[in-house]
Amino acid sequence: MANKLVVSLSPHAHGTDSVERNMYGVILALLPALIVSFCYFGLGSAVVCLTSVAACVFFEWAITRFILKREKTTVLDGSAILTGLLLGFNLPSNLPIWIILIGALVAIGVGKMTFGGLGNNPFNPALVGRAFLLVSFPAQMTSWPLIGQLGTYTDANTGATPLAIMKEAIKSGDASVLDKLPDATTMLLGNYSNGFGAGTIGEICGLALILGGCYLIWKKIITWHIPVSILLTVFVFSGCLHLANPIYANPIAELLSGGLLLGAIFMATDYVTSPMTHKGQLIYGVSIGLLTIVIRNWGAYPEGMSFAILIMNAFTPLINNYCKPKRFGEVPAKTKK
Amino acid sequence: MSLFCKNTSTFKKGGVHPDENKITSEIATRAAALPKQVVLPLSQHIGAPAKPVVQKGDKVKVGTLIAEAGGFVSAPIFSSVSGTVVKVDTAWDASGYKRPAIYIDVEGDVWEDSIDRSEKLEKLSDHPELTSEEIVNRVRANGVVGMGGACFPTSIKLTPPPTAKATCVIINGVECEPYITADYRLMMEHPDEILVGVELLMKAVNVNEGYIGIETNKPKAIALLENKAKAYSNIKIVPLDCKYPQGGEKQLVDAVIHREVPAPPAIPVNVGAVVQNVGTAYAVYQAVMKNKPLFERYVTVTGKQLHAPGNFLVRMGTPFSQLIEACGGLPEGDNKILAGGPMMGKAVTTTDVTVVKGTNSVTVLTNTDAKRKEAQNCIRCGKCVSACPMGLEPYLLAQLSSLKDWERAEKEDIPSCIECGSCQFTCPAHRPLLDNIRMGKGTVMGIIRERAAAAKAAADAAKAKEEKK
Amino acid sequence: MYILIPVAVLGVIGLVAALILFFCSKKFAVKEDPRLGQVGEVLPQANCGGCGYPGCSGFAAACVKAAEKGSLEGLNCPTGGAAVMGQVSEILGLNAVASDPKVAVVRCNGSCENRPRTVAYDGMKTCKAMNACGAGETGCQFGCLGCGDCVVACQFDAIHINKETGLPEVDGDKCVACGACVKACPRMIIELRKKGKGKGMRLWVQCVNKEKGAVAKKSCAAACIACGMCEKVCQFDAVHVVNNVAYIDPEKCKMCRKCESVCPQNAIHSNGFPKPVEKKKLADLLPKPKPTETAGAEKTEGVGLALNKEVKSKIELEKTVQKEEPKAEKSKAKIDYSVTEDPILRKIRMENTQQS
Repeated sequence: MANKLVVSLSPHAHGTDSVERNMYGVILALLPALIVSFCYFGLGSAVVCLTSVAACVFFEWAITRFILKREKTTVLDGSAILTGLLLGFNLPSNLPIWIILIGALVAIGVGKMTFGGLGNNPFNPALVGRAFLLVSFPAQMTSWPLIGQLGTYTDANTGATPLAIMKEAIKSGDASVLDKLPDATTMLLGNYSNGFGAGTIGEICGLALILGGCYLIWKKIITWHIPVSILLTVFVFSGCLHLANPIYANPIAELLSGGLLLGAIFMATDYVTSPMTHKGQLIYGVSIGLLTIVIRNWGAYPEGMSFAILIMNAFTPLINNYCKPKRFGEVPAKTKK
Repeated sequence: MSLFCKNTSTFKKGGVHPDENKITSEIATRAAALPKQVVLPLSQHIGAPAKPVVQKGDKVKVGTLIAEAGGFVSAPIFSSVSGTVVKVDTAWDASGYKRPAIYIDVEGDVWEDSIDRSEKLEKLSDHPELTSEEIVNRVRANGVVGMGGACFPTSIKLTPPPTAKATCVIINGVECEPYITADYRLMMEHPDEILVGVELLMKAVNVNEGYIGIETNKPKAIALLENKAKAYSNIKIVPLDCKYPQGGEKQLVDAVIHREVPAPPAIPVNVGAVVQNVGTAYAVYQAVMKNKPLFERYVTVTGKQLHAPGNFLVRMGTPFSQLIEACGGLPEGDNKILAGGPMMGKAVTTTDVTVVKGTNSVTVLTNTDAKRKEAQNCIRCGKCVSACPMGLEPYLLAQLSSLKDWERAEKEDIPSCIECGSCQFTCPAHRPLLDNIRMGKGTVMGIIRERAAAAKAAADAAKAKEEKK
Repeated sequence: MYILIPVAVLGVIGLVAALILFFCSKKFAVKEDPRLGQVGEVLPQANCGGCGYPGCSGFAAACVKAAEKGSLEGLNCPTGGAAVMGQVSEILGLNAVASDPKVAVVRCNGSCENRPRTVAYDGMKTCKAMNACGAGETGCQFGCLGCGDCVVACQFDAIHINKETGLPEVDGDKCVACGACVKACPRMIIELRKKGKGKGMRLWVQCVNKEKGAVAKKSCAAACIACGMCEKVCQFDAVHVVNNVAYIDPEKCKMCRKCESVCPQNAIHSNGFPKPVEKKKLADLLPKPKPTETAGAEKTEGVGLALNKEVKSKIELEKTVQKEEPKAEKSKAKIDYSVTEDPILRKIRMENTQQS
């Protein structure tokens, strides 16, 4: 019989959603921040991002092909590109290529493929890569080029970031150090001057990141729960600290400095490593917010976002286990008695 | 909420919104041509198969009883044509298996005299002799079952267990499945009969509240019924937002009267609701007022590639092949033919399958539309959790099922799954979530039944022992 | 002097701890049947699960429990075999249950050639899901689905899907007859049969199709058509046609292979016989007839030439007796709906959501 009838169990319809749509959607949402970074860092940003993306895609392809010996490659689903882009966003624009390659290998090889590829990794691969580089190459990873040096790469002039100022204020116990901080508009747009290093490639322009976040929520790629809970927690917690003791920076500065927005919108919302239920996502978000401020103010590193996310990634299975959605028709425990 | 001035409601949890594709909604219903032979399966309903009361060679008329109810949860079956019984044999049905069925060769179209074929609208107020018992008896005798697809015998639903008290009747005019328009056409073409049917159902369960839930994608039906319902003070039309699976009993109860039916074994009547389909209300009207047994129904024959899709009034036992021919024949290439809509319909293995009491639609999808995409790794996005109308975690249940961890699956409430397919519909990784969950649910339900049986046996043994002493 | 204080303190702590431990060991002691340990020692401790219990300790517990009821029937350690089971029953003070070694047999020959595919399945690639979906890709609602649930279930790498036929094949050397595949198969096609002497001499009907002959043949060229020739030719009352399908009782079968030689559908298969040629010769003798009742009877006579006179007369005798019987059986099969109503399917249908 030439024409066969096809059978399968229901449902026979499928929505338009796909892994690719989500992955490329996030990449699209990252584009404004990428364009801004080109404008501010020029060549350095282009080299770092390109190397990182290319290396991640290559390692993913090579590992599936030669080590896991899978017939079908997963390179095209966009997750490796996204990991590469996020890793690049988390690096300073003057980082040498060989360090980026190591970072990409760790991110894809150790962070993702050892666990079986997309969906099985307990930690955000890009952050695994960044954390590895941060502890292995602390000097290179914490030198922040000044903006506007479009033609330079590793030879760019560097400066201190706002986060370093905040740390200094806490260490010295002198609130007047904080006066050196740039104002909120500058931090939102990222056009730092007066010898400020701007930070990593991706985190520089808060406005572009917020724009991307709005796009993600509009397209229903992410829900508001994680970013809003993180940002709100950071605002409230740092606000309390600031009121209690002015050596701690004001909450607006905390929100706009460092990788907070990048992390809250793009890294913490990673599907694989964040909780499934909205209730769980709120707990996850609040915890990340608290941990970030704790690390920023009392930890060894000036920036706590990536470590806070990694720590909460580890708790995600536990949160999934305890935060069940309310079953339909479930009688609340109180009335049961 | 009043801020948004929303006058429609829906169920609270989960749900998806598939493309509606109601391409046949404005095509008036035609009577399908009589086939040369009808095949009437003996189990067209949930429960025990009916027992045939005719033999090879018997002459039957339209509406002749050919099989009687085979148990308490069962329903009789009536001939849908006049002619000669050819044989009682097995035949392919929508389940994909061969099951016993009665074959009847069609000769002419002679109806039983007991059926009132007039068009006159009979009102409940004109028939004081109709008590609750009388209505239920007539419904039972005429083999009426739920027309929405599950085919639960209606008479049993109308006699709720003594532990539950019905407070209202909810009529399902939602038709949330894509493509299907049979219920919509029925509402447009027979609104008066449906309303009387609702009255009969309310009288049968002794309640004074009746609701007809209709999704807002059918504004004409809402307007028409609202206009007609003015004459009935206790029947209310409830417009509902479009969301699948609103036609599920539990979701409909939640959407209309905002009560949540607890987990199985609770049924809607435990929160006071008796839910019936509009098709059932119409069948009840015909059974009670016109003494017309259930032998024909509205069927949508649809599909984007069909030349002339349409709505038909079809005699039970008409093969799908004939209906598809009437719509211009099967499109070229591999096709998927569904008994029902694309979300919950069953794919049939042959076009010899016939229309039965629960067939609301014959949907033809080309394989390019219906082809499943290759499953990828679960990316743990949690979209299935958000989509599940029962508040379950489909990703977890599917995983537990494939790992055969039945104990944990039961703890995670796998028996609550209503198999609506929202999870699989929404899954970006194209995972066969519902396939897995369905297998797991079957096994877990089996384990639960076994355990209950064992517990009962143990209790009986203990009781017997005590009595001996 | 100072040294004495720590010694005393430590001594006292030690004494208290010892007392607590002593108390706990008495108070919370778990009483265990000593036979459990003994049985466990003789078991292979491979924890393969082939016996159907969670590991060797689970099996030991089951053995001890069964011993209290007085019989080890149904319990078998497939890895250890008869030797280990003998030791176990010795420990438990029972007579060893002499059980012949068994092997899994796949009773379907619906290869791609024999059984044309009429339907394409597009779902999860497991037999269980496909079974819930309907008859499968062919017109036979009893035969193998070919998705390999049995292959997944086998822990001994003894069953594999043959890519040419699409059917599972059992490796007799590796199979330990644990029964995992039997449980995994939603169609109950796989059976544990006696392994047989020598290289595993065994004979079985390679079909479970319960349809009537013509219908069965239409869906599969290798189906048992219930012609009853095997039943007639058997001298040992070992072959019977029940529900339109023949079954060879392994207890009664003497491996004479007459049934195999007469089967017009080649539905009876054998394994491990020294001379596979024999069948070929008989097949040459018997041209393949149409699977009708009369043709079958005629052919039995043809076979009769090759059989001894005694059998021939027996066949003729039986023919007269049985001429009435198949009809009666047929009409019975018509009304016996329990045969056609698939229990698994019914269950699934019952559990389906009630959408009113």
